[in-house]
Amino acid sequence: MVESPVVQGLRAYVLIVGMWIRSTMAYRTSFALTVLGNFLVTGLDFVAIMIMFWHTDVLGGFAVAEVALLYGTASASLGLADLTMGSASRLGRRVRDGTLDTLLVRPVPVIAQVAADRFALRRLGRVSQALLVLVWALSSLEVAWTPVKALLLPVTVLSGAAIFGALMVAGAGFQFLAQDAAEVQNSFTYGGNTMLQYPPTIFAKDLVRGVTFIVPLAFVNWLPALRILDRQDPLGLPGWLDFAGPVVAVGCCFLAGLAWRAGLRSYRSTGS
Amino acid sequence: MTEAFIELDGVEKVFEVRRRSGRRLRRERCTVRAVDGISFAVPRGEMVGYIGPNGAGKSTTIKMLTGILTPSGGRLRVAGIDPSRERTRLARRIGVVFGQRTTLWWDLPLRDSYALVRRIYGIPEARYRANLERCVELLDLGALLGVPVRQLSLGQRMRGDIAAALLHDPEVLYLDEPTIGLDVVSKARVRRFLREVNSEQGTTVVLTTHDLTDIEQLCRRVMVIDHGRLVYDGGLDGLHAVGESERTLVVDLERELPPIAGVPGARTVRVDGPRQWLAFPAAASAAPIVSAVADRYPLVDLSLREPAIEDVIARMLESGEGRRSAVP
Ligand SMILES: Nc1ncnc2c1ncn2[C@@H]1O[C@H](COP(=O)(O)OP(=O)(O)OP(=O)(O)O)[C@@H](O)[C@H]1O
Ligand SMILES: [Mg+2]
Repeated sequence: MVESPVVQGLRAYVLIVGMWIRSTMAYRTSFALTVLGNFLVTGLDFVAIMIMFWHTDVLGGFAVAEVALLYGTASASLGLADLTMGSASRLGRRVRDGTLDTLLVRPVPVIAQVAADRFALRRLGRVSQALLVLVWALSSLEVAWTPVKALLLPVTVLSGAAIFGALMVAGAGFQFLAQDAAEVQNSFTYGGNTMLQYPPTIFAKDLVRGVTFIVPLAFVNWLPALRILDRQDPLGLPGWLDFAGPVVAVGCCFLAGLAWRAGLRSYRSTGS
Repeated sequence: MTEAFIELDGVEKVFEVRRRSGRRLRRERCTVRAVDGISFAVPRGEMVGYIGPNGAGKSTTIKMLTGILTPSGGRLRVAGIDPSRERTRLARRIGVVFGQRTTLWWDLPLRDSYALVRRIYGIPEARYRANLERCVELLDLGALLGVPVRQLSLGQRMRGDIAAALLHDPEVLYLDEPTIGLDVVSKARVRRFLREVNSEQGTTVVLTTHDLTDIEQLCRRVMVIDHGRLVYDGGLDGLHAVGESERTLVVDLERELPPIAGVPGARTVRVDGPRQWLAFPAAASAAPIVSAVADRYPLVDLSLREPAIEDVIARMLESGEGRRSAVP
């Protein structure tokens, strides 16, 4: 029976995650409280956006419901990535103290073990909060829906999650070399998310160019959301790029895989 | 069937480290030859001890044997597999216990850790049950199954770790200091268990330790490593010969006398009141020495001391040191 490493990894991931969920559920009340806490804390940045709209009706030419669409898609993507891959950002500690050794002697891919380690179901708080905002945005927007746009929305959230997830895995790969790389990676994921919650029109063009072509965050939600809202992007990019999210996500995952493997190869354990 | 199961041929591991040198803030790169050209072969079913002083390269060797570290040079095979290239495939066939750190899930009760191990390794239910039952009985884990790993004492955790490493019927078991920090009773239990695993299941066992009683009680073959080089590979008795070890005859005389002299093959190494200590080669018979002393001195009592293996190894390493420093 020869299983591909991907199947093996997924199987192990599901097993380990299942075990953590079961052990979390042993304390239902505390679980409910932490989810609620996560829901409220991550909801604060949406409150901040709402406060801004007390003083103005438009932000960078976008109405509140349009910003809510940006917020909902970016946050849902980040939430999903954080839920499934967030634990990988704790890798630096394992590299520094050498406890990664113990994961290397098990017959399943290390990335699956690292990502599933202490799976934190409380991160559902951010996901559910983001989805609520998204539902509200969709109900108050008057979008000229077409089948393409209807499909684009869920595809956008999922490929956005994949892009964020790839950033997290690549970040974990760099933590083999610099154990503090988590900070840098957080500025791309969490910092990027905060940026994507606002319309691209309020940022300098160079910044928008950077997050389009260097760290391809614009594909997480900006470009596809602008298509759904029938708006032009500030860079005037060709229209087909609005649909490039899944392709960009696949490319990011591939590069993240390379970074991870290079990192893992450079692992040299510790002296004791 | 003495086909080699573990095979090392000129294996090396060089670490590049950065050291802050002196008062200057610049950091210098230098290399540490943790394992410096080691060759040996272990046939299936053997139980070997791997010993040497701190920093000798024991753990580094074990990490290469498990695929955690990639050798910098030489050839390494375990069950025909190159560990670092096919680490995941090899992992199903080996069991590893690090005395210094647990392979169990810190926050989970032992029972849950074991259940997860079962599913990760895909151990058939019947085998798992049988193996777990045997481990629980022999390692006395019954009362600990419900306790989260972080709450276990060092000795309890170690026993839990050894059980976890054996649930999937590994062909070879590596133990890096499995008796570190254990009390006498736990040590005895772990040793009895390892002996049984080796003889009943035919599991090949490689163990490192600083407690030479482990070696005396478990391993017919012992390898001594020092500064990354293998300085001895053979039986425990051969170690005495190489280390030129001596047995000691302790004699109690009627009264204080000058050091005993003129006993062929023995020399007096210590005098304390009426008690004197005579050393002679471990391989020689004690009988002629005893009778020579009894003939000429007023003997009250006597006893014979076997050489302590710690001393044997220390002496061997000292003489090895001498050889090496002579050849730059
Ligand atoms: N990851 C590492 N990076 C740099 N140097 C290392 C590393 N691991 C081991 N060393 C060095 O390699 C040498 C051998 O270390 P090793 O851990 O193999 O010794 P050991 O025989 O297990 O010693 P002990 O009995 O103290 O456990 C030491 O000089 C150590 O400093
Ligand atoms: Mg060691």
